[in-house]
Parts: sequence; structure tokens; C-alpha cells
Amino acid sequence: MSVIVRITGLTRIFDVSKPWLNRLLERRPKAFLKAVSDVSLEIEERSVYALVGESGSGKSTIGNMVVGLLAPSEGSVEINGVDLYREKDEAKVDKVRSDIQMIFQSPYASLNPRWKVRNIIAEPVAARGGDTKGLAEKLLEQVGLSPADADKFPHEFSGGQRQRICIARALASNPKLIVCDEPTSALDVSVQAQVLNLMSDLQEDLGLTYLFITHDLTVVQHMADTVGVLYLGRLVEEAPRDELFEKPRHPYTQMLFEAAPRIDAFGREVDPPKGEIPDPINPPSGCAFHPRCPFAIDRCKTERPEMRKLGKARVACHVAEA
Amino acid sequence: MEKTPNPPSALARFADGDFFYTFKRSPVAVVSFVVVALLVLAAVFAPLIAPYDPFNPASLNLMNGFSEPMVPNAFTGETFWLGTDDQGRDVFSTILYGLRISLFVGFAAVMFALVLGVTLGLIAGYIGGWVETLIMRVADVQLTFPSILVAMLIFGVAKGFTPPEYRDDVAIWVLIFAIGLSDWVQFARVVRGATLVEKSKDYVQAARLIGRSPGSIMLRHILPNVLGPVLVIATISLALAIIAEATLSFLGVGAPPTQPSLGTLIRIGQGFLFSGEWWILLFPAVTLLTLALSVNLLGDWLRDALNPKLR
Amino acid sequence: MTDTLLTVDDLCVEIPTRRGILKPVDHVSLTIARGEILGVVGESGAGKSMTGNAVIGLLDPPAHISGGQIHLNGRRIDNLSRDKMRRVRGKEIGMVFQDPLTSLNPLLPIGDQLTETITEHLGVTQAEARKRAIAALEEVGIPAAKSRIDSYPHEFSGGMRQRVVIALALCAEPDLVIADEPTTALDVSVQAQIISLLKRLCRERGTGVMLVTHDMGVIAEASDRVAVMYAGRLAEIGPVRQVLTEPQHPYTAGLMGSTPGASLGRKRLNQIPGTMPGLSAVPDGCAYNPRCPRAEAKCRAEPRPPMTNGAACWFPGEVKI
Repeated sequence: MSVIVRITGLTRIFDVSKPWLNRLLERRPKAFLKAVSDVSLEIEERSVYALVGESGSGKSTIGNMVVGLLAPSEGSVEINGVDLYREKDEAKVDKVRSDIQMIFQSPYASLNPRWKVRNIIAEPVAARGGDTKGLAEKLLEQVGLSPADADKFPHEFSGGQRQRICIARALASNPKLIVCDEPTSALDVSVQAQVLNLMSDLQEDLGLTYLFITHDLTVVQHMADTVGVLYLGRLVEEAPRDELFEKPRHPYTQMLFEAAPRIDAFGREVDPPKGEIPDPINPPSGCAFHPRCPFAIDRCKTERPEMRKLGKARVACHVAEA
Repeated sequence: MEKTPNPPSALARFADGDFFYTFKRSPVAVVSFVVVALLVLAAVFAPLIAPYDPFNPASLNLMNGFSEPMVPNAFTGETFWLGTDDQGRDVFSTILYGLRISLFVGFAAVMFALVLGVTLGLIAGYIGGWVETLIMRVADVQLTFPSILVAMLIFGVAKGFTPPEYRDDVAIWVLIFAIGLSDWVQFARVVRGATLVEKSKDYVQAARLIGRSPGSIMLRHILPNVLGPVLVIATISLALAIIAEATLSFLGVGAPPTQPSLGTLIRIGQGFLFSGEWWILLFPAVTLLTLALSVNLLGDWLRDALNPKLR
Repeated sequence: MTDTLLTVDDLCVEIPTRRGILKPVDHVSLTIARGEILGVVGESGAGKSMTGNAVIGLLDPPAHISGGQIHLNGRRIDNLSRDKMRRVRGKEIGMVFQDPLTSLNPLLPIGDQLTETITEHLGVTQAEARKRAIAALEEVGIPAAKSRIDSYPHEFSGGMRQRVVIALALCAEPDLVIADEPTTALDVSVQAQIISLLKRLCRERGTGVMLVTHDMGVIAEASDRVAVMYAGRLAEIGPVRQVLTEPQHPYTAGLMGSTPGASLGRKRLNQIPGTMPGLSAVPDGCAYNPRCPRAEAKCRAEPRPPMTNGAACWFPGEVKI
């Protein structure tokens, strides 16, 4: 198996300062938000890599940097060995970009309401001047819709059907990597099952690689081969799925798993996790999780833990053991 | 897997749609639409409808001057529906031709303001940064002046640059330019706001990802989705532009007497108000009022119909 | 049920439109006992929120109750006047919505909102109300309640805001709380805190809760009984463990099969074909029949299946997960 995505030291800083006049009057310095800090990971071809995290974990920001919508502040994204943001050869970058596609969260906002489905689906090919004859019909059938649907407008479809249209559009340019940003969190359970099944089938048939971004652990457990857990913009743990769900090593991962509602845990009395996610503009010193961590030691408050290899997993924690 | 019946034609969809349904249910909308349609048709077909050509000196008979409406002229025995003015021109015919000028200037000015405002609004909203700051600050500054003042200023400056012999020929175009330029701000503001909303939606992200250029995204993706509010503003602006044109013409800085608009007719008419020839003023004024009111009511209804949140 | 708090009997809600009458709630009957949490689950458009809104008398016109009765503490409340209903809300029924911002006035400090509710419904003095407000905030786990009582809603984080809403819903000591997707907008760790808080408060005070959600996991952990809704109708109702592990209605079975957490180790999820019909196109007979693997001619015939073993199905228990 070869590596299709290699992310090294990826960092993204947003300027969240107030307008300069307010800063001047209130005598405040500029404020910066480090949405993603120093994330490194590799995704193997034909695998599903899931990024899990709560709000503010930076998972969507990473997704946007991988597809090329947002330039990183530091670090690099390599797709098939081509650095998306530093490669000088335009043709190479263009080729690699056509290998990446994205599926978005809201099936309502991700389709232009004024366009016919045919044009929506064919756009990735049309934009590159390719031949789009019969393309929409073929793709519609592939995602389980009728070819006659090509002449309709998005509002004539249900949420699940729209998400199928989004998948069809993502497939149009024959991509190798599809970044899926919460693709089913806006859908009902029974429709989610249909879409997840479709995505699994397509992955197998077309040899796709998925970067799955979600907060839903049940979906991760069902879909992923490898899971990366993010907390406040940092990767805290990465492991093969079964390894992670059997033996979560990072205290945050443990807390997340404990807190997630389980369908077989009738009347379970959970000891709910302490505290809330800290303000990402002023993250805690040392390990960002230490104020909520039951195992925190003095070292955690001052020294940020590096990623360590523990068994099959990589964990950023001073305390975690293999 | 899931089959839906074949899509009906665009016309069938419109006739069955909520938009047409609410239209049918609103008497104000229907009446004002019919009135506007009749006035526009009358203006377009003025040469066919008008009993006289008021601008052909050969057909004018000074003896017909100051004929009262529906009363046979004492000298010639001719009867005019709405009477005649001092030069014996049929008021009904001059109104039809005046309506033509008024509507043409109004439409053209709004189109000019629309194209300018929508373009600048799209650019400001999509590009952002200092471009946006520049465009919106210019808009803000212009808003601090009454638009009629801006129009008069532009009109005056333009007049100063045109040689006197061409002034009457270009007057109409200068008028359109002046009114249009004083009116683009509203379009730009609304389009910028709508663009900011649309820009953050995922379909725009998808288009960026595919590699579409900013121009193409603005034109093909965002523009069709911001046209709803633009249509509403255009309708309301039309009423305002017609009134602005009438105001300018009434003040004597608008349409020349050789091509009189409704405003010019009102200016001419007010000179006779106190000498008893009330019809020369009243009928053009009533026409202007009816036109502006109907367009405005139609615009109000359109705003409510297209924006369910206001209901 | 020995100590019944809320009885909803054969409730129907109708929305007249120009294309006919829609029935978002169609002959729904359920009860909630004191101290019991009833989960109401279903897909979007199944009528679960509409049922909750009908109980608290907050249907948006033109939607209205067209049939059935609602009793709270043995008193009929579905035909009360607007004024009387407003007194019932807050005093006897508390509400928690998905978005905490819609239930809090952004222009008033949270303390004012709490004391206002308390003085209005409990008739105590300002000073006493303020004391109770602080106690209520402490109870829902807001740290330093004394100093934060005069803060505005925007000064709280999402999870804290939802706690304030819960305090607001509970401060007049209502008998029933309607919680409509109370945790959907929150992160997993905060969701666990809120669910555990709701459970604790209800147990301690004997408050009945109608917990409306689409999340099967939340239902499993929080509720005592569960009602499954489909296309405006009740598909199944019963004790939560029984309904989720041995569903009697094929729709519940299908729903459980398509939940990723419930079918671990399977390569594919069980999927229900098709989608829930829109309210304007509910099929004859059993509303689920076009998607049901067990459907027969009987299911398509006019009279809809009666409730047997807590499931509205002609063949209860025959479709397994």
C-alpha cells in the first residue's frame, strides 16, 4: 500500500482581531486563533481515514487545506508526492487537484439551487473543458438515482437524494481522494445508512480513498480504517480503528468514548466529563487537555507532549502507556 | 431506485407555483399589474393610439388652443377628450408620448443603475478586502447627498460639457445617466449582502474546489441567486426614477420641450393652472401619479412575496 | 401507570393548505407518568416536535389541534384560552429547545429572566425570587452562580446557556418538561453533561419529561419509555429496552438496523429502502407499507393497523433487526 496523502507539520492561524479602530480605542493587541497546530499524518491509498473531534478541534480546517481551498500557515500537504502549495510546476498541481474532491455537510447549501442537476454534476468536467455528454446520466445511475433526474432542480429532491447528487458530482472527475466533511450529520438515520452504504460500495468499486471528517463516533466505527482524534487543533491520538475502540490510550479519547451515548446502554449513569472545551484563542499551557484530565501531572501543565508510538497507535500524552 | 414523475414545463410550473398563487390572491397586486401593463402598452403603441401627432407642426391648428375637455371648440368645432394646450396640441396625445419618454428614461436609468450596482456589489462582496472598503465607502458618501441633488449636479456638469446645438439631442441620455448614477447604491448594498451570504455556502466552495475562476463563480453561481432582491429593488427604483425624472423635468433641467416627458408636461401645465385651463396640468399629473403608485404597490407586493420572512 | 401526569388521547393536528389538509400529528395517544422520561423519536417530519408543540399550546397557525384531548394532572388543557394556557406554560410545563438562544432574551440578564418567571408563577417577593434563581443556577451546575446571575446570555458558552435554559424551565417547579432536541447543537462531552443533568433533576423532583430527539443513543441512555413516530403517526410505544432490542414494528426494526452503533462488525448497514413519505402523500393503510419487507394486501387496505403489543402493525414482531 502506498501513501496518497502526507501531511507534515500542518498549521493554520486565523487573524480574529477586531477592526483596527476598535483595537486602537480599546488598546488591545491583534488576536490570533491557531485552528490547527503542527498536525502530521499519512493516509494510505484505498483506505478510510477518519478525523474525529468536537467543535473547535480544527477538523474542517484540515479538510479545507487538504483539498486546496485554504493555504496553510506552516507545514505542507503532499498528494501523491506533489506539494499542493509549494510545487512550482502548474500542470502537476492541476493534475493532482483534479484527483481530489469533496462532499459537504449540508445537502441543501452544497448544490446551486438555480442549476439543473445535469449541469451541477458535470461541472467538474466542464470546468476543465472535458466531454460531458451522457456523464450526468451515467453518474446518477451509479449513485442510485434515475437518469431522468438530470433535468430537475435540486429543490425537487429530499436530503438523502441531494447528498447522492453531491456524491455524483464528486465522482465526475474520477478522483482518487474524496474529503467528506460530516457527509451524513444532516441526514436522518435511515437515510444515513443508505448514504454510508453507497459510499462504502463506491470506495470498493472505484478504489477511492476517503478522508472522513466527523464528530459521530458510531459513523467512525462503522466506516474508518484509521482514526485520528483531534483536540483544540492538535492530533492527540491516532490508531487503527479496532485498536482505538478497544484500547483508547489518550485520556481525551477515553473521555469522548465514555461520553458518547450508546444505543445498548439503557439507563446508563455516566459520570459526565468535567468542564468544557477551552477558548482556542487562549489555549491552556502544556497539554491543552490538562485542565480536564483526570490523570494530569505537573509536567502536563508546562510541557507539551510529543507524539509517541505506543503499540500500533501514536499518542500525544505524557501519562499514556502502551 | 426512487422514481419521480417527469418534470412539467416551465410555464406549467409557474402557473402552479406559489408565486402565481399568491399573486392571484392579492387584489392590489393584480390591479396594479394591470394598470402598469396598460400604461406600458399605451406608451409603446402611442403612435397607433394617439389621435393626433402633437409634434408634427403641420397637424397643429392654433385655433384649437385651450379647448376644454369633451367640449367642441368654439372656432373649429373639433372635440378633444382631454382638451388641448395653448398651442392646440391634444393633451391625450401628448400624455401618451410623454408617458413614452418617462417610461423609457425610467427603465433605462434603472437598468443602468442595476448593472452598475450589481457589478460593484458582487465584486465588493466576493473579493472583499480593500476593494470592498473602497466601493462601500464611495456608496456611503453618495448616500449622504439627496439623490435628486446628485442627479442635478451630474446633469449640470454634463450640460456644461455639451455644445449648445447638441444639448436637446443628448438631454435624454444625460438624464438617464444622472438618475442611474444617483441610484446604484441600493443595488450595490443589497447585492453585497446577498453575496456575502451565498459566498459562504458550500456550492461556492465546491465551484472553487473544481477550479472555477472568481469571475466565473460570481457570474454563473452567485449572480442567479442574488437576483430575487434585485428584482424587488428594481421595481421600486423604477417608480422612484420616474418621479426623479419628472422632478428634474419639472425643474426645467430634464427632458426638453421638444421631447416632453410627463414632468415637462406638468411644468408647462402649471403655468395655466390659475388662468382656468386646469386640464393641461391635471391629466398629466394624474397619469404620473397612477403610474408611480401602481409600480410602487407592485414592488411592495413583490418584496413580500419573495421574502416570506416579512409576512 | 399508577401516577399519570400527562395523557395525550387520540391527538390530531392539521395544517390546512391550498393543496389539501396535512396531518403532521395523526391520532397519537401517549401518557407520561411522574418522574418518567418518555423519549419521542423519529425522522425529520415525523411529527415529533409538532406533538410537543401541541401539548404546550405553541402551534404556529394555521396548524391547529383538530381532534383528541390532552390532560395534565387530570385537567384538560387542549381547549384552554390563550391566557390560561400561558399560565400553564412555565408554571406546569417547562420547555427546553434545541437552540438555547431562542428561549433566552438576549437583552436581559439571565437573572432577570429567572426571577420574572419565578415571581409570576410562584408569587414570591423579588428578594426571595432572586434567592431561588441563584439556587436554580447552582442546581444546574453553573459555577459561581451568585456572580454570574447578572450576566447576559451571550456571555455564556453553548453548554452553559443550555443549562440556563434548563434552570429557566425548572425554576417554577413544573410537573412536566418538554425537551425538544435539547442536545443536538452541543458537543458530545457537553451533551453527556446535559443529559445526566436532566435525568438527575427529574428523578429528584419527580418531573415528567417528554424528550424529543432523533438520536437513538440519547433515547437509549436517558428515557424510560420510548415512542417511535412515523409520518405523523405512532408506530410503536413501550419500555425503552424492549422497543430497542425486540422491536415489534418493522419500522423500529429498520431504524435500529440502520443505526451504525447497533450493527457493529457488519460491513454494510441494513438500510430501509426509499424515504419517509411527505405529509401530502401518506399512503393508504399502514403509512409504512411501501417500505416494509413484510407488507401484504391487508397493510395497503384502508383501515390502518390497530395497536397490538404496543405497535401499530398487523404482524407485530415478525420483522427482526
